[in-house]
Amino acid sequence: MAHDHKNGLEVIPRDPAKIKKIWMTALILFIITAVEFVLAFTMPRGLLLYAIFIILTIVKAYYIMMEFMHLGEEAKPLFYSIIVPIIFLVWLVIALMKEGSEIFVMRW
Amino acid sequence: MSSTAIEINSKRGVWGGGNQPLKASYGKLMMWFFLLSDIFTFGAFLITYGAIRMSYPAYEGTSAEFVSSNQYWPIPEMIFDAIPLVHGGHFPLVFVGLMTFILILSSVTMVLAVEAGHRNDRGDVVKWLLWTLLGGITFLSCQAWEWSHFIHGTDEGTMIEYVNSLNRVVSETVFGANLVVNEYGPAAFAQLFFVITGFHGFHVTIGVVLLFLAFYQAAVGIYEQRGHYEMVEKIGLYWHFVDLVWVFVFTFFYLI
Repeated sequence: MAHDHKNGLEVIPRDPAKIKKIWMTALILFIITAVEFVLAFTMPRGLLLYAIFIILTIVKAYYIMMEFMHLGEEAKPLFYSIIVPIIFLVWLVIALMKEGSEIFVMRW
Repeated sequence: MSSTAIEINSKRGVWGGGNQPLKASYGKLMMWFFLLSDIFTFGAFLITYGAIRMSYPAYEGTSAEFVSSNQYWPIPEMIFDAIPLVHGGHFPLVFVGLMTFILILSSVTMVLAVEAGHRNDRGDVVKWLLWTLLGGITFLSCQAWEWSHFIHGTDEGTMIEYVNSLNRVVSETVFGANLVVNEYGPAAFAQLFFVITGFHGFHVTIGVVLLFLAFYQAAVGIYEQRGHYEMVEKIGLYWHFVDLVWVFVFTFFYLI
């Protein structure tokens, strides 16, 4: 253990701006979830509603990954090696939902 | 030292080893790679869910008149409408909404723990890890109740015609859910519910164990001796991932 302090590590004081930003992100996540909740009961079910839900979910995922997991602060190669496969994965989810609806047409 | 000299040195460094092209520690890098592979696992689940969901007929009609049947996919708000202590009440999505808030809140306390770790503030790390641990355990308890209610079902049950385990077509009133038949909708509905929320709950359980480990090690001062709180950061990444997956499970399972 190569640190110099005999009585443990030096404690850096809190940065109120940083902590405020964390709670602001939390507030955004809560508001988006609340909006989803309200839309589930007020809008008719259908493709438009599902598209809104998926977009809002991706917005929430963006905030969790960027603000909570600090992915944006990682080196660019690491950032893209995580993000690019996920983008293709979202494509695959949507493509196979379309495929599922084709199976529905064939079956019923 | 001129800039040319630095460039030559750094080129040598690339071939000599010992450099960090991704500028992340071994542990954090491995955690990211593990999370990416776990994203693929849950991605496969969501793809399965989406494809099967769309290949079944949707329920036509208003949600107020909804009746369960295995002929069409159920409306989630009419299935997940129970809350603890109120028998037979109709509170659509209230309980699962509460679970979502609890998990997001525990993710927030986790960021605060990681932030405190950056400042080497042992007291704050221990405090916020304890809150996160509490959130995780509360979420798991809620899920246990949710599963129990889903398995035991409603008082009325639903008349379902299905092929039983002896390969006979039977018509009977079904209560609750298992992997063969359920009172809510097609068999695939309960199967996907058990597999996807079960696998997510398994992840939360592992997360709670890891959080307890971090809480204990931070409290007795192991990280302080070690000189850094990186373990809190790594477990934090895992915990946020669990929250991230729940955000998707919530949308696909309970909203769509």
